[in-house]
Amino acid sequence: MKYIDKDNIEDIALGAALLGTGGGGDPYVGKLMALQAIEEHGPVPLLDPEDVPDDALIVPTAMMGAPTVLIEKIPSGEEIFRAFEGLKSYLNKDIYATVPIEAGGVNSMIPIAVAASLGLPLIDCDGMGRAFPELQMVTYHLYDISATPMMIADEKGNILMLKTIDNVWTERLARIATVEMGASVMISIYPMTGKELKKAAIRNIVTYSAKIGEAIRNSRNSSKSPVDACLEATGGIELFKGKIKDVSRKTEGGFARGEALLDGIDEYSGQNMKVQFQNENLIAIKNGKVVATVPDLICIVNLETAMPITTERLKYGNRVAVLGISCDAKWRTPRGIETVGPRYFGYDVDYVPVEKLAVK
Amino acid sequence: MKYRLGIDVGGTNTDAVIIDNNLNLIAKVKVPTTADVSTGIYEAMHHVLEESGVERDKIEYAMLGTTHCTNAIVERKRLNRVGVLRLGKPATEAIKPMTGWPEDLVEKIGRQYFLTGGGHEFDGRTISDFDENEVRKILRDLKGKVESIAVISVFSPVSSEHEERVAAIIREELGDFPVSLSHQIGSIGLLERENATILNAALVEVAKTTAEGFIKALEKENVTGAKVYLCQNDGTLMSADYAMKYPILTIACGPTNSIRGASFLAKNKDAIVLDVGGTTSDIGVVTNGFPRESAVAVEIGGVRTNFRMPDLISIGLGGGTIIREENGEIIIGPDSVGYRITEEALVFGGSTLTATDLAVRLGMCDLSDRSKVQNIDLKFAEKCFEKIKSMVEQAIEKIKLTSEPQPLILVGGGSILIPDELEGVSEVIRPENYEIANALGASIAQVSGQVEKIFDLSKMTREEAIKEAKETAKQEAIKAGADPDTVEVVEVEDVPLAYLPGNATRVRVKATGDLKG
Repeated sequence: MKYIDKDNIEDIALGAALLGTGGGGDPYVGKLMALQAIEEHGPVPLLDPEDVPDDALIVPTAMMGAPTVLIEKIPSGEEIFRAFEGLKSYLNKDIYATVPIEAGGVNSMIPIAVAASLGLPLIDCDGMGRAFPELQMVTYHLYDISATPMMIADEKGNILMLKTIDNVWTERLARIATVEMGASVMISIYPMTGKELKKAAIRNIVTYSAKIGEAIRNSRNSSKSPVDACLEATGGIELFKGKIKDVSRKTEGGFARGEALLDGIDEYSGQNMKVQFQNENLIAIKNGKVVATVPDLICIVNLETAMPITTERLKYGNRVAVLGISCDAKWRTPRGIETVGPRYFGYDVDYVPVEKLAVK
Repeated sequence: MKYRLGIDVGGTNTDAVIIDNNLNLIAKVKVPTTADVSTGIYEAMHHVLEESGVERDKIEYAMLGTTHCTNAIVERKRLNRVGVLRLGKPATEAIKPMTGWPEDLVEKIGRQYFLTGGGHEFDGRTISDFDENEVRKILRDLKGKVESIAVISVFSPVSSEHEERVAAIIREELGDFPVSLSHQIGSIGLLERENATILNAALVEVAKTTAEGFIKALEKENVTGAKVYLCQNDGTLMSADYAMKYPILTIACGPTNSIRGASFLAKNKDAIVLDVGGTTSDIGVVTNGFPRESAVAVEIGGVRTNFRMPDLISIGLGGGTIIREENGEIIIGPDSVGYRITEEALVFGGSTLTATDLAVRLGMCDLSDRSKVQNIDLKFAEKCFEKIKSMVEQAIEKIKLTSEPQPLILVGGGSILIPDELEGVSEVIRPENYEIANALGASIAQVSGQVEKIFDLSKMTREEAIKEAKETAKQEAIKAGADPDTVEVVEVEDVPLAYLPGNATRVRVKATGDLKG
């Protein structure tokens, strides 16, 4: 895939929604934006990071805020122009390409729409390889790339530039601004050079998303079960199959925390699983024993179709499979675990890679 | 004693019942559904009234569950041309109205859409100023070009102010003109709600003929004092007047009526319901007297909406299902002889082996001429039945929530096919009058009130927010005609908005009650 065309959108969105690991929002609105932009401006060139000049200016783009707001207050489509223009004139340099910040339903699609409408290429990598809730939770941060200068733009025409002392401050200030601006905004953030990108990014995420989406789609007309197709495409581990018997949510110390309880079915009959989530699924506990933790991916999918289910849509009665997928090696470093490990999210659990935890 | 008349239009049959106000069944009939739908309704109504012998002025309520609106959308027939007004500009410009719709449907409805200022944020602030002059200009422009107007404002489930203002201006500019306001139709999710609102606006003519036709038919039968209701897809009713304004809410009320009717007949509020028809079987779940709702987006005629529909699994098994043997393997359906069963099935002298023939051969029921099926090899019949049984058991396993065996209520004309012992089922309940569960479901339907809102939790606690939503939902139910003493909250959903710092939550509450007697 050298170009992203309309035919690729569905697969990328589906694969990325799975990698969203319960977060990242429903891709529907993002998908329509990407389709409309490609229809109006043509297909988007997809670059391998190796083909990006070292001194080129790369600017990741994303939607920030609540996906629930995005599906109601759809963007105007102009936000990102203003954000890019602002950054370009501040840095006094042309932007060479854009790149996703995360793999998730919404933010896999927004950069495609942006690239198409600005006539820029998209680079086949991102900063998470999954979805995370905060701006400093990117591999760019692990390599000391500054999130700022950052632009936040709303549909009303407001643009805000942040220049902060560190990336945690960026998150803190940007989050408040986002709520004030109506809880769904477009951002351009982590401006960096091609050289920095090659070092810090997680590679091939767009083609990887497309491959997962394609595998799930193709399994519908084959004898292979969609869940198995999904495991094969990701090298993931099946952690559980069950029915959701309870979903509880509470707000604790400013965090919306939730828990889904599952009763096993088929070969898991008589067993149980508890999945703890905040915006994404974070900890999976089978029969009282932890079998996967963040930053590894814990994906809950529909048992029959392998369609990913976001934490907001988890519902009593869903029949699901729970999959564990290894995260990128960059997250498994001490700094990675400090930034996005279970303790950062407030769980008193040590990180152990899912492929070690789950086989026992 | 006062009485109720309930009618349900299905794909094959139109059923009618009369029950008294203590909900005892007085009379029932079944007639074939006609191509124009209405003739079948009149037939059923006439016969059930005759059969019941009830005095016409004692009919207090008349309820209709019908497929008129579904058919109009699916067949693209008799749809109105719609003007679409979306408020929220400059927000939402990235995706135009009717994006992703089938082209032939857009043709029928027209491409008259306008985006203008207004709309709200999730917390109730306005996005941009409401531009009255522009709204008037758009309306004058639409005059004569459209027959109905759909108004959609961003976050109208949080604040309906701007939609109401447009409605008022339409009354000034265009007089008594059909208007569909999105906050009356759907929940949060602009495009899905907008889609449903546009479809609704396209249906007003169909709805008017249906409702007025029903009222006229009642008058012809001298039923003049009855309050007239149409069934909604959530198992509750709306008045004929309201249905003429919001017909989209009648879409797919059939499965809901069947599940509610089954639950009522079996006197069991929590069970699995299996409705076996001529061609397919629907398996659903009744929880606290209402169908469990599906969690996925529902498409109607190729258009994505966010309606809550009953969670159903359909399998290709019915009374007319054709049985074949190919290379020693038994194949059950999925095709069926359908309503031609009385001509084509072996037991009725036809030449096609159907599921019903097997049931007769195995002595599970006695129909027509038993001798006509004696030639079927008993071993073969048993083998076929094992297969049918396992099809049903698999579907039951899929829909169940727990591994505990649960009761199963059997309804529908084809339910004679289902054995009394099934894996995962604690008890098979075969209620009396199982064949008219749908019409009964229509006649016992309740009225409801619903509210969905995003609450800002920096201003109140979560408990206060839920309490407020419950109170509003109850008031809405009473406004819709519920007896205040019977109103209860049947559903509460409370989901914090992801990626916001824990201060906003979306609350959805539904309250229902019995009709005032």
